Amino acid sequence: MRMNPRRLFLIAVPYGWLLALFMVPFLIVLKISLSDTAIAIPPYMPTLDLSAGWAGIREFFSGLDFENFTWLTEDDLYWKSYVSSLWIAAVSTFFTLLIGYPVAYAMSRAKPEWRPTLMMLIILPFWSSALIRVYAWIGILSSEGYLNQILLWLGVVDEPLSILNTPLAVYIGIVYTYLPFMILPIYAALEKMDESLLEAAEDLGCTRIAAFWRVTFPLSRPGIVAGCFLVFIPSLGEFVIPSILGGSHTLMIGKVLWEEFFSNRDWPVASAVAVVLLLILVIPIVLFQRNEEKNA
Amino acid sequence: MDTKPAPAPFAPWNDPAAVPLIRFEGVTKRFGDFTALQDINLQIYPREFFALLGPSGCGKTTLMRMLAGFETPTEGTIWLDGKNIAPVPPNKRPVNMMFQSYALFPHLSVWDNIAFGLRRAGQDKETIKARVEEMLRLTRLDQFARRKPHQISGGQRQRVALARSLALGPKLLLLDEPLGALDKKLRQDTQFELMDIQEKTGTTFVIVTHDQEEAMTVASRVAVMDAGRLCQVDTPQHIYETPNSRYVADFIGEVSIIEGRVESVAEEIAISYAEGQKPIMTRCAETVSPGQSVFYAIRPEKIWVGSEPHPDRINSVQGTIVDIGYLGDVSNYHVRLDSGQMVKALMTNAERYAASRFTWNDRVWLSWSRHAGVVLTS
Amino acid sequence: MKRNMSFFNMTTLTLGLAFLYLPMLLLMIYSFNESRLVTVWAGFSTKWYGELFRNQQFLDAAWVTLRVAVVSSTIATVLGTMAAWVLVRERRFLGRTLFSGMIYAPLVMPEVITGLSLLLLFIAIGLDRGILTIILAHTTFAMCYVSVVVSSRLVTFDRSLEEAALDLGCSPMQAFGFVTLPIIAPAVVSGWLLAFTLSLDDLVIASFTSGPSSTTLPIKIFSSMRLGVSPEINALSTILISIVAVGVVVAALVSKRQIARRETEEREGQK
Repeated sequence: MRMNPRRLFLIAVPYGWLLALFMVPFLIVLKISLSDTAIAIPPYMPTLDLSAGWAGIREFFSGLDFENFTWLTEDDLYWKSYVSSLWIAAVSTFFTLLIGYPVAYAMSRAKPEWRPTLMMLIILPFWSSALIRVYAWIGILSSEGYLNQILLWLGVVDEPLSILNTPLAVYIGIVYTYLPFMILPIYAALEKMDESLLEAAEDLGCTRIAAFWRVTFPLSRPGIVAGCFLVFIPSLGEFVIPSILGGSHTLMIGKVLWEEFFSNRDWPVASAVAVVLLLILVIPIVLFQRNEEKNA
Repeated sequence: MDTKPAPAPFAPWNDPAAVPLIRFEGVTKRFGDFTALQDINLQIYPREFFALLGPSGCGKTTLMRMLAGFETPTEGTIWLDGKNIAPVPPNKRPVNMMFQSYALFPHLSVWDNIAFGLRRAGQDKETIKARVEEMLRLTRLDQFARRKPHQISGGQRQRVALARSLALGPKLLLLDEPLGALDKKLRQDTQFELMDIQEKTGTTFVIVTHDQEEAMTVASRVAVMDAGRLCQVDTPQHIYETPNSRYVADFIGEVSIIEGRVESVAEEIAISYAEGQKPIMTRCAETVSPGQSVFYAIRPEKIWVGSEPHPDRINSVQGTIVDIGYLGDVSNYHVRLDSGQMVKALMTNAERYAASRFTWNDRVWLSWSRHAGVVLTS
Repeated sequence: MKRNMSFFNMTTLTLGLAFLYLPMLLLMIYSFNESRLVTVWAGFSTKWYGELFRNQQFLDAAWVTLRVAVVSSTIATVLGTMAAWVLVRERRFLGRTLFSGMIYAPLVMPEVITGLSLLLLFIAIGLDRGILTIILAHTTFAMCYVSVVVSSRLVTFDRSLEEAALDLGCSPMQAFGFVTLPIIAPAVVSGWLLAFTLSLDDLVIASFTSGPSSTTLPIKIFSSMRLGVSPEINALSTILISIVAVGVVVAALVSKRQIARRETEEREGQK
């Protein structure tokens, strides 16, 4: 195939854009993560000085080291944040599944003419700002919030529960924000399931519940796996939810990175944090893609 | 072909002075390691209704797409009207195509679909209007002009596709499985409509199909293809009655093929096919020599089935009926010869209850004449 | 055979939807609260909406956000459609794997990393942070979403339609303009809408790439939120949620009506 100018243009423009604004920035992050902090503008060194020619490049490379990464392992703030992020993401994913599966199941059993409307109702919140949706929970969870008001009024508790600014609030925030991501793939898997399979199972002697566990659930597994990854991957690097609902004691790596950068102005460490976070993310992303390809 | 005018039969391929519209010269097409077409040499004449026939993957669609300009030959040249068309892009060729899926533009009305090519050609409004209306009349679509493609039936869509591809008055019209999406009854009606339109417009048609009946019905000549090669290019009658290979004989219609050896060559040749059986006597157009191994192909309707040998026919063999297929007008018999070969025979049920004369496991005689079958060497 | 919805399923759906909608509903109700204390109901009032529209900072931020969203989603739609075309149609070219990797990576990349890397780029090349840098950043991640939406449509696009256009005398560019684009237009439009809302809602990437003079609405909302719940934010949130809700519902109804109309027309066509 010859490269005609039209083809070249079509490929080159988006390719160039992504190289310049995705690939290059990422390489810069990588480079800065290997640099040292300096009190200068920009606040790191070495900087590449091409005017010094070959010697400049040599000097530049000899200035790079893994010091920041060593630092990440030494200061327990960082590895605790990674572990805590993984834990929070995993627990939230589990609860999202617990809530999302029955909803998806109920949707798939609804009358066909209702399903598009239900779908829209599930997707609708996704279109409105996540920031606002998370913010809405402050009014509910705070010590004088609606939840505590109701609980106090009911006499369930004697004094307000403190939920806001705890990990529990972060779990709730993540479940709430990412619930549609869990419901939709499971619903998609359940919806295309042939109802006669259940009838066949019952005909062959299963009870309703046994038919669910032996037929419905296994058939919806690709949807479950997809949904879990779709919740787990973005919640791992989440910033908005922990910073609004989590208070200062909830450690999540996205928040640590933000603070390292904006408050401490330690760019090399922030970059190193980013690089490690990406390396951690590669595993679930690859697994997710495998799952998608297998079920394509 | 009794629908064609009688006086001078249309057969430019037999006329050495006729100038072909399309000439393939040693055309080969490869996709990577795969050879889709191998050394194709072919001439198609003006006003012909030419059919490319073969199973899927035989290269017939590639051949057609090269004429349309969507593929270029790896080797060889395609001449259209005396010009090498390899460097001409599809939009500059005097060739139009009717797509298998019809490829009607879903966002445009029937009228706009037909006018599409005329507008691109920059014709003025009046000319376009006149031409579109002419096409609508030709394809009997007048009252559907304002509809969108999804608002009309499959048969109507097929006619829109035809009208659209004819609107520009191409020298050559390519039809890719044009009737494949229609049901059987509609397909038969449409075949005659296609022939009618072809005759009215005088356009050269090249049709791609895997349906041998369709190819035989519509085409003036048929090219039978297999695995990227042309097996035989001839009129439907010749393809059926004098196939040049077992492949063609088998692909077109029903046939029984008996393997044997030439015993003697005289006015008739004798083919022995089994120990202790009388050899098959047949006329043969090909030159064969005694001892050569050959195939004898015979069509079911050429075989007479009876309880006695037929007195006027030179060949008679005895066998046992294995299977009978009763189709009303005709009955198919599968007969195992005493020598073991299976032979298919077909008898018209000229009289009521004629079919009940024979039943399973009956011993019957099969008889046929010296002209009934063909001798094939490949 | 159709089973009736069981009591269990009905309850699950009700609770699920209540969980999704109740927080937003409460927020919207309390935006009409008279009191500054957000959680104590003190009577109906629209005064916070009035306050909001007198707050110049919010208005400025809204204007910045709107400009950024319109420009970045439009560029992202053009680039994303091109990228989708390349993904679907160009099966072989140098660096194709890298290309598709760069399309999909931003979809799973944590926003903090995307924001950080872009900021470091802008600093490295000495580009002053402002509206331009936010637009560049938003365009980059939004074009990936657009290309995913458009390429899923292009995959099912019948290529013989383009071939038919070429066959009838179109140049490749004309074939795209007269045939392909009108047919994939709904996907392109939804790509644009997606890009637009993503840009409108983005806090993290905008925080990294904006300058002091280019505060967007989410940044403004976020910094107010850190001070706690305020009725103005409730009012602003109510407006934003309403706009989105009305937009999505109208879009859904329009497409539903189109489908219905198309179906009746098809039925008539069979006659």
